[in-house]
Amino acid sequence: MTEAAVQHALLLSALLFAVGALGVFIRRNLITIFMCVELMLNAVNLAFIAFSRSLGMPDGLDGQVLVFFVMTVAAAEAAVGLAIVIALHRHKDTLDVDAFSLLKW
Amino acid sequence: MDAIVFYGFSALTLLAALVMVTQRSPTYSAFAFIVVLCSLSVVYGMLGSPFIAVLQIVVYAGAIMVLFLFVIMLLNVREEARSARDGWVLKGVAIALVAAFALQMASVLMRARTQFPRDFEATAARVAEVLFSLRFLYVFEATSILILAALVGAVVLAKKDL
Repeated sequence: MTEAAVQHALLLSALLFAVGALGVFIRRNLITIFMCVELMLNAVNLAFIAFSRSLGMPDGLDGQVLVFFVMTVAAAEAAVGLAIVIALHRHKDTLDVDAFSLLKW
Repeated sequence: MDAIVFYGFSALTLLAALVMVTQRSPTYSAFAFIVVLCSLSVVYGMLGSPFIAVLQIVVYAGAIMVLFLFVIMLLNVREEARSARDGWVLKGVAIALVAAFALQMASVLMRARTQFPRDFEATAARVAEVLFSLRFLYVFEATSILILAALVGAVVLAKKDL
């Protein structure tokens, strides 16, 4: 592993975030969109890990702790989000986001 | 050897992410996402974070993705139907916007002054020392309240009549 590995990890993180955002734009299934949001969270985690690696031993550990907290929040978000998905499916019997337009102007 | 593993799994991560996004069936997307999470965990390991790498497998691939697959199976989700709004023009606009966004993010991140210090190993013991220190005490306690709120919220939302 060479010096440039951190930069390449950051580049991968930017690309993963962009791919996640693309999924949010082009997919119309609620669960798939939700998974794409999780992918964006993972991209941010990768950026944290890369900067942590770059900062070195005592200071870089903060990045690891932040990744830990992001994972906790993601788990809580998945629990609540999937409960909302189940509730929406009960109302409309579909997961197509075009069906949920009650609040649309 | 390290470099081959690092770049190989980075490429696999990106490839699986693209498969996940272009897939119409949510079940296939979920399986592609599991590949993303597992290969990302290898990348974390190669960047000197074994604790986070294991946590990624246990929490993400183990707990969160099982929850996702559970809901997909439970709701009997079908493939996305093709509709009139599915045209290549809209998709092209989305891809162009996202490409511009990626270019901006990459150019900002590439400008960061990074180093690659020797012997970096964020083991569980070292991460725990920081995590349970006084600096993160309130954040850690607030997380427990957040999880409790999420637990109650999930039950209230998913229950039929309360």
